Amino acid sequence: MIRARNAGGARAKDPKKAMKRVLSLVFGERKLKFVFIVVCIFISAFSIVYSSNFLGQFIDGYVTPIIGVENPDWAPVVRALVQFAAIVSVSVVFNYLLSRTMVSISQDTLYDIRIKMFRKLDSLPISYFDQNQHGTIMSRFSNDTDTLNQFISNSLVQLLQAIITLVMVFVTMIMNSWILTLVVVVFALLTMKASSSIAKRSGRQFASQQADLADVNGFIEEMMNGQRVIKVFCHEGQSKEDFGALNQKLRKSMTKGNTLANAMGPVTMNIGNIQYVALVVIGAVVVILSGGAAAGYTIGLLAAFLQLSRSFSNNVNQISQQMNMVLLALAGAERIFELLDEESETDDGYVMLVNAKIDENGNVTESAEKTGQWAWKHPHHDGSPVTYTPLRGDIVMKDVDFGYVQDKMVLHDISLYAKPGQKIAFVGSTGAGKTTITNLLNRFYDIQDGKIRFDGININKIKKDDLRHSLGMILQDTNLFTGTIKENIKFGKLDATDEEVIAAAKLANAHDFIMMMPDGYDTMLTNNGESLSQGQRQLLSIARAAIADPPVLVMDEATSSIDTHTEALVQSGMDKLMEGRTVFVIAHRLSTVRNSNAIMVLDHGRIIERGDHDDLIAQHGVYYKLYTGAVELD
Amino acid sequence: MLKTLLSRVREYKKFAFITPLLMVGEVAMEVLIPTLMALIVDTGVTAGNMDYVFRVGIIIVVAAFLSLSFGVAGAWTASKASAGFATNIRNDLYSRIMDFSFADVDKFSTSSLITRMTTDVQNVQQSFQMMIRICVRSPIMFIFAIIMVYHNGGALSLVFAVAIPVVAVCIFFIFRRTYTSFTNAFRGYDSFNRVVQENLNGIRTVKAYVREEEQLGKFEEATETIRANFKKGQTIMALMGPLMMTVTYCCMIAISYIGARLINIGHMETGELMSIYTYTGQILSSLVMTGMVIVMLSIAHASMVRIAEVLNTKPSMDTNENGETAVKDGSVEFDHVSFGYGKNSKVLSDINLNIKSGQMIGIIGNTGSGKTSLISLIARLYDVSNGSVKVGGKDVREYNLNALRNEVSVVLQKNTLFSGTVAENLRWGNPEATDADIKAACDVALASPFIEAMKDGYNSHVEQGGTNFSGGQRQRLCIARALLKKPKILIMDDSTSAVDTATDSQIRKALREDVKDLTKIIISQRLSSVMDADQIIMMNNGHIQDIGTHEELLSRDADYRDLYETQTRGGNLDD
Repeated sequence: MIRARNAGGARAKDPKKAMKRVLSLVFGERKLKFVFIVVCIFISAFSIVYSSNFLGQFIDGYVTPIIGVENPDWAPVVRALVQFAAIVSVSVVFNYLLSRTMVSISQDTLYDIRIKMFRKLDSLPISYFDQNQHGTIMSRFSNDTDTLNQFISNSLVQLLQAIITLVMVFVTMIMNSWILTLVVVVFALLTMKASSSIAKRSGRQFASQQADLADVNGFIEEMMNGQRVIKVFCHEGQSKEDFGALNQKLRKSMTKGNTLANAMGPVTMNIGNIQYVALVVIGAVVVILSGGAAAGYTIGLLAAFLQLSRSFSNNVNQISQQMNMVLLALAGAERIFELLDEESETDDGYVMLVNAKIDENGNVTESAEKTGQWAWKHPHHDGSPVTYTPLRGDIVMKDVDFGYVQDKMVLHDISLYAKPGQKIAFVGSTGAGKTTITNLLNRFYDIQDGKIRFDGININKIKKDDLRHSLGMILQDTNLFTGTIKENIKFGKLDATDEEVIAAAKLANAHDFIMMMPDGYDTMLTNNGESLSQGQRQLLSIARAAIADPPVLVMDEATSSIDTHTEALVQSGMDKLMEGRTVFVIAHRLSTVRNSNAIMVLDHGRIIERGDHDDLIAQHGVYYKLYTGAVELD
Repeated sequence: MLKTLLSRVREYKKFAFITPLLMVGEVAMEVLIPTLMALIVDTGVTAGNMDYVFRVGIIIVVAAFLSLSFGVAGAWTASKASAGFATNIRNDLYSRIMDFSFADVDKFSTSSLITRMTTDVQNVQQSFQMMIRICVRSPIMFIFAIIMVYHNGGALSLVFAVAIPVVAVCIFFIFRRTYTSFTNAFRGYDSFNRVVQENLNGIRTVKAYVREEEQLGKFEEATETIRANFKKGQTIMALMGPLMMTVTYCCMIAISYIGARLINIGHMETGELMSIYTYTGQILSSLVMTGMVIVMLSIAHASMVRIAEVLNTKPSMDTNENGETAVKDGSVEFDHVSFGYGKNSKVLSDINLNIKSGQMIGIIGNTGSGKTSLISLIARLYDVSNGSVKVGGKDVREYNLNALRNEVSVVLQKNTLFSGTVAENLRWGNPEATDADIKAACDVALASPFIEAMKDGYNSHVEQGGTNFSGGQRQRLCIARALLKKPKILIMDDSTSAVDTATDSQIRKALREDVKDLTKIIISQRLSSVMDADQIIMMNNGHIQDIGTHEELLSRDADYRDLYETQTRGGNLDD
């Protein structure tokens, strides 16, 4: 929404490198089209030169000779015009083809880049999302691709066209008259100087304008979100005053910035006008002094030159204006490449989850169809035969150390085990490392030292996707996606049938409220399910985990206060879901903790107390204090 | 709508009016120059009159300088007018929103208000600037150039009688066709942004369920919409250049032929023919410009409507400037009160209630039972539909609104801290509060221990939304802020949910002992927070189900008993 703040740096660090890479993205797989475009550009540049020159030839060759002649022969005049028409119509056709080709090239390139970016984004490790603000990442997708779009679909061709035309016009001008060419070059330099000095100033002004705009927009965002508090505290007057001051500052910098930008046109145009006069006067002097045609100076030549000089200065302007755009776009491109070059999450796992048949002797065989039973398929490096281990949900952590950054450990010597079907609760204050432990199980982060085993297999050997399929996650904040309720539940199992969806919803106690919605399971959810209450969202998140039916469940209980009725529903839904699964829970509810097989009390990344509820109460330690409410949890 | 917006130009009106005049001057000079050039060629060069060449040359230079001065002056006045216009709109919007009542705010979502104040205002500013510059410049240039063609070429102007309608019709159809494609593409951007945003926010969910491919599918769909619509629009747009070239070349050919004939019979001179070539460019480009401006304006139209919508919304609550300013005491009375958020909604019905000054009142009940609505009426955040709410013995509508709200301090459920320091945030309650006042309030709210433990104490920095404080700390800061107002009534809407029970009960103890006269109304999901209140109000479905002390309710109300038992049996570990 507020993009100004994320507009990013204005200049590219290494424009040449970025340019090369952009060009290879645009034309790399479209070499033929590239050749075609260059041909088109040459033809259109030629036609500009040709038509400017034609006017001179027409005046000298056909108009001047017949002045005052009675009943002249019109046939040559018509022939010349027809020839002109034929040549320019070819260039019109090529011009059209050029534009069309560029449309498809630029839109296809942009499509490819966007898909690449998104694919990359989803392959990045969780730590990337910790370290980068969402706003900044969003701006890669919006602002930076927008400027790149501008660059590819407009600037690129215009720049090429301008350069080629400039060269051709220059050569033609020199062939016609070197004196007049000199005049044009002098004025072109003047124009460049003027426009670059305006551009420099307006660039500086633009930066301060953007900063003021960011201030105003930031203030608006904050105050709009806190409107109710403002009213409750009768703070309206003060905040109007504060806003007025920021707003005035913005007005001043905006007026300056826009004035400079608006002045660019008149300045360059009138330098052009004066150049015109200079050409005519110098031309006229030469024509008159030399007595006309003797020195090759004719009115026709003058006419042609006027046209040529106009397109010369137009193209010089074009290039200097586009240069700015190009640098801006390349800076954006560099940021896009930065994203594309980020290290993806690596996956060296080779143990896979497969459908299995298990006979009465406990022998496991792989099965092609769905059996409802799963096993780990474990090929061995030493060449011994593939082994199959049934998926059970046995978790062991041994001497695990972990830090988000290399030398700052947040977990120390964590050892614990959970037999299939057992429930382990983590309690402790904020920052003790509860969430961190659960994030290691599904390899959102990789541990620095120690081992985690799933059904006896080191989780580093398991393919990440399969590991995550066998772990259900219920996060503290429920994220719902735009789509129907049914689609959101199916998020847990894409090929689920409607019956399975309903069964999962019933298990999660979500069925009743869903049926109360206007379109039942087909009710559309938008904006992270804003139409639902906190509790209802939690019920959906339980249903989503239920339908995935994983043997191991990781739950971060929500702390937000929901009313007692829904709270009871959530509670019983969770209880039903937990049945028969290995569960790791970051607990906030007493009942959850009480029913756990083991409770781990964490403090500063270490397990300081462990045992079941009664043991820990008897210890009169930290858990006892938490339990009696003497210590604040969050 | 246009009137609503344009009346905001106010003190910048003179700049807005001068700009078009300057544009007319600039265009006049610009259109004059080709004809002066024709004079040089025809009268000067052809006749060999050097003197004349120089004389007219100087006139042209003067004209160019005039055009430059007009142009630059116009650049300044246009920026001044449009930036001023935008500033006025922003200020007016902001004031209007500040004057909105809670009910008005409910109508617009926060995010839509933000968009209106940022993106929409910027769009309107740009189109306004375009309106006073280009919208005048292009048509004038067009008219002047045609006049000059008629002046120099006479019959030649007939060429344009054919060319102009052709170009106008083509521009119209091209722009109309592209307009739909581009608006569709922009809508595509919305879903594009949404998918990326959702994916960013839910990245853990996506990865936990291994749904990267499915998300990519959604993203591809949105990206394809953008691509397809842009391709469609731009492909039609690609006709524009060649079309203009065709028309230009056709005009040149026709002008050359007819011009040659006119020159032949002595009705025109070579220089004049040259000037008409230049005018051709001016006429056609000003046509295209006009078309583009119309498209831009129509895109900005939506923004204008949305801004006008806010400006035209009159605050629905009368602040009663001349009302009573003194609130006698902290007593509250509800007399047959009904209330709903819209015409057809009924959230509270027939509420009767009597709270004595200085009492501590607890309110409990399920979500949607009307607790928050009930307390909102006391500070007159909303007006009742029927009946009367009295504070200090007088109907709340008889008080000056600010005076009332200064005496009735509400700690909202969704509370907000603002970027700044801790002390700055607390002084919202009372700008003149001394350091001692602040410390005293923080002592009551039990905020002083953690504030004083921080390096910068009361000058510690608070991030936007208070994100650098824990939920419980934020709540305690908000209570302290509300206390600093030294109100007669303090209302806490679930304001200690993230605070542990021990601290919670200490805060209540301090409230009871240190600010005795203060009427305290506490909404909570936790029974333990209201158990020791003088009266507990049980809300159910917009009615008061029961009122009484803990013991009374425990003995006579089955629901209350149930609640009590569930909460003490399997409550919150946070408790």
